[in-house]
Amino acid sequence: MKFRAEIDVMPLQELLDPQGKAVHLGLSNLGIKNVKDVRIGKHISIEIEADTQEEAQAQVDTACKKLLANPVMEYYECMLIPMLEAQTTTHA
Amino acid sequence: MKFGIIVFPGSNCDEDIYQALQHIGGQVVKLWHKDTDLQNVDCVVVPGGFSYGDYLRSGAIARFSPIMQSVQAHAERGGYVYGICNGFQILTEAGLLPGALLRNNNQKFICKNTYLKVATTDTLLTHGLDRKRTYKIPIAHAEGRFYAPKELLAEIEANNQVLFRYVDAHGKQGADANPNGSLNDIAGVCNAKRNVFGMMPHPERAADARLGNTDGAEILKMLLQKIEA
Repeated sequence: MKFRAEIDVMPLQELLDPQGKAVHLGLSNLGIKNVKDVRIGKHISIEIEADTQEEAQAQVDTACKKLLANPVMEYYECMLIPMLEAQTTTHA
Repeated sequence: MKFGIIVFPGSNCDEDIYQALQHIGGQVVKLWHKDTDLQNVDCVVVPGGFSYGDYLRSGAIARFSPIMQSVQAHAERGGYVYGICNGFQILTEAGLLPGALLRNNNQKFICKNTYLKVATTDTLLTHGLDRKRTYKIPIAHAEGRFYAPKELLAEIEANNQVLFRYVDAHGKQGADANPNGSLNDIAGVCNAKRNVFGMMPHPERAADARLGNTDGAEILKMLLQKIEA
């Protein structure tokens, strides 16, 4: 079975995010003055083959914990979606 | 003391540290990141640069290079490991050193001289350094803001694991002396066993009299002297 994992990696809430701060300023310069906060992270999309959803989930969790996110500075959220054959080449 | 310098794709200070260590009388070899043989070196050096293009996070991908398994084992046996700049980032990612290096708080790549004060002389790297003076050592990084969660930071301080702190030219700590927002002005740390060292400043770039500054050589020379346990 094929699965797609959609993973968001974000800087921990308690950490200063200088990138987000700079973009916040940019938004203000654009004229959008009512922005309260900007945080910038990354989105990672993984296609993975596994026999079961549990197996895919376990592997994606390992990937997130060991490589994709560093728990000292980041947290992650992950969504695992079973893929139909037709979806394997094009993303929705 | 035999040194082995790991070369990753994207390392760019490997030749500098090679020259600097050779210049002060060290025996030096280079180690390719895909090898696993450390060639019986006493001290593994993880050099600065942009391993794997700094993709994902600085040092995150390099830590899974084949040679890092051997480095992990070497460190567990009590062997010396020394990471500079990107090397420091790689060692924190590998869990060999505590904390993490975050984006500088001013969001810029900073390349300039900084002044360091020695925070502990209880390591091989710092044992003969002068705590009363400052060492002028350049930095060149965008992700050098040392961070550790509160409890971990307290532990690092309590164990005397801070090697160097950023100060001004007169040796004073303070906001302006800290170039990147590092917690407690930390420029370098060691592990609890005191055989793994990491620092953001580049001593190898201040190790040749022809370049006008040999403060870095003073630090590197410490590695040549074995201290009695």
